[in-house]
Amino acid sequence: MGERLIDLIDVCKVFGQTTVLNHINLFIVKNKFLTLLGPSGCGKTTTLRIIGGFETPTAGDLLFEGKSILNLPPHKRKVNTVFQRYALFPNMNVADNIAFGLRIKKVKADVINGKVNEMLRLVNLRGFGKRPVASLSGGQQQRVAIARALVNEPEVLLLDEPLGALDLKLRKEMQIELKNMQQKLGITFVYVTHDQEEALTMSDTVAVMNAGEIQQIGAPEDIYNEPKNAFVANFIGESNILGGVMPEDYRVVFAGNTFECVDRGFEKDEEVDVVIRPEDVRIVESGKGQLTGIVRTVIFKGVHYEMLIDMKNGDFEFLWKAHSTVMSEKGSAVGMVIAPDLIHVMRK
Amino acid sequence: MLKGSAKRAAVAPYVIWSALFVIIPILLVIYYSLTMETDGKLVFSWANYARAFQPTYIDVMLRSGRLALISTAACLLIGYPVAYIMASREFENRSFLLFLFLVPMWMNFLLRTYSWLALLENNGILNTFLSGIGLPKLALLYTNKAVVLGMVYNFLPFMILPIYTVLKKMDHSLIEAAQDLGADSRNVFFRLVLPLSTPGVISGITMVFMPAVTTFIISDLLGGSKSMLIGNLIEQQFMKVSDWNFGSAMSMILMGVVLVLFTVFTMVDKDGEGGALY
Ligand SMILES: Nc1ncnc2c1ncn2[C@@H]1O[C@H](COP(=O)(O)OP(=O)(O)OP(=O)(O)O)[C@@H](O)[C@H]1O
Ligand SMILES: [Mg+2]
Repeated sequence: MGERLIDLIDVCKVFGQTTVLNHINLFIVKNKFLTLLGPSGCGKTTTLRIIGGFETPTAGDLLFEGKSILNLPPHKRKVNTVFQRYALFPNMNVADNIAFGLRIKKVKADVINGKVNEMLRLVNLRGFGKRPVASLSGGQQQRVAIARALVNEPEVLLLDEPLGALDLKLRKEMQIELKNMQQKLGITFVYVTHDQEEALTMSDTVAVMNAGEIQQIGAPEDIYNEPKNAFVANFIGESNILGGVMPEDYRVVFAGNTFECVDRGFEKDEEVDVVIRPEDVRIVESGKGQLTGIVRTVIFKGVHYEMLIDMKNGDFEFLWKAHSTVMSEKGSAVGMVIAPDLIHVMRK
Repeated sequence: MLKGSAKRAAVAPYVIWSALFVIIPILLVIYYSLTMETDGKLVFSWANYARAFQPTYIDVMLRSGRLALISTAACLLIGYPVAYIMASREFENRSFLLFLFLVPMWMNFLLRTYSWLALLENNGILNTFLSGIGLPKLALLYTNKAVVLGMVYNFLPFMILPIYTVLKKMDHSLIEAAQDLGADSRNVFFRLVLPLSTPGVISGITMVFMPAVTTFIISDLLGGSKSMLIGNLIEQQFMKVSDWNFGSAMSMILMGVVLVLFTVFTMVDKDGEGGALY
């Protein structure tokens, strides 16, 4: 593991009566790509604003290379931000916007020109330098905002949903471009998004937030495969989430059946949440599975079929999501099998 | 949407209004300025204009321009910081300060100018105070200084308001973006705030300079015979000397100058974001 660049220690933020950030503990490793992922209003922007210096935490500390920077004004922090609402300077054209930071640093004019042109090429806006920013589309403005921050090659770049206004194709291109830049220039990225796919594909580390609290921090694979709680499981990808109990180690009861699993260390008969990904539900012939249900809907998704399977077991009813490459008839009865290592048991 | 004919009908009252109260009077002034009374008859002549360019009158015009310019500059120097402070986010007594600057405007223009007489007079409040603490009296009244003082006092709100409006409207996230890119408060001000507030500054300048260059009441009351301004000159032609023709010519020249300046200013203020008051 690399060197810690930024540390958030027990950071709380209260606006009036509402607690927006509740004891955030987070460290950001140098030259890594960290993503804050969470639903709208969970405090992602507020966290970035605290790192950028535009908001002071109500409690807690913020360290940069081990030293508190809470008293450092924004212009002295070695951090640049791509703002969620761009905040481009309306009195300047595209090139002047991008050159702003370099001019403040009194970089030579020809060096600035070179860098600005390089940036314009990078964000696919060659020839737009002289355009007033108000004449650009939302997506183009967003790319100017990225260029304006990136051109300074800061130690840390904070990006607040920087690709939010782009169409899917451009978005994918820019994702790759940003990731390349990050690795090539060795910039530490703190990236905010509410798009889980973006978070999983781009990041070294993902921090899932909800309601001002960090739910889970980990590598994308860990977050996806081992969600810590029902919120994370639900937010990252699709899931079947059911209530269950653990009668003993390696055994879990849910949906009216007892299943083998790989989890242990729970109290006897502890109530748990059970998470099963749709792609982990194997469809078999009716009667040959652990569970049986009636196919309610079948939707073709390109690579697979997405099915909703209505299951009744005694007085327990559940609508399963399952992905399968083989199509089953709507209305037909099917069996379902779940392998022990694909069952995720989580404390409530 | 109104149909063409209905639209035209709706415009009619304004057309009649401007014909009656704007166009016809101006035509009359032009008519007077281009005629002379000889043997009780009005005949065409350029003489009024020629006379207006005699050195005495040029002097008056230059003095008017100079005093108006000084007053405008003073208003800008005082008004910008005031507007800036009022518009800043940390400032809490905003409405009180605004009130303080606007209250005098609710008072009659003549009255508030007269009150300066009482302040500046030889035996006025200021001089009584000065001699009270053992300082020599100041001969302020009936000087150019007094006229400038009166102009600044009367027209300052016209400078503050448009600047305040633009500054208040300014998106705070722009300032944050500039700080983020390394700009200290000086850089933020000169590279961002000041350029973004130019529309307000321009309309402030317009709105102070125009009344300052045409005023005659302020110079009448506070300026001596030495500081006759073009406004006074015109007023005299109509009210005292009864030379309507020369007065009209002077009016036309003044109007021309004001019009040219106004056009130049509005051309610079191309976005029209100045929050103008008129
Ligand atoms: N200055 C403020 N005053 C009061 N409440 C605020 C302020 N800034 C943010 N909030 C509140 O804090 C909460 C978190 O806001 P924040 O902008 O951090 O959310 P977010 O995770 O970035 O959401 P989004 O994905 O929609 O951008 C919201 O409920 C918001 O209304
Ligand atoms: Mg946000």
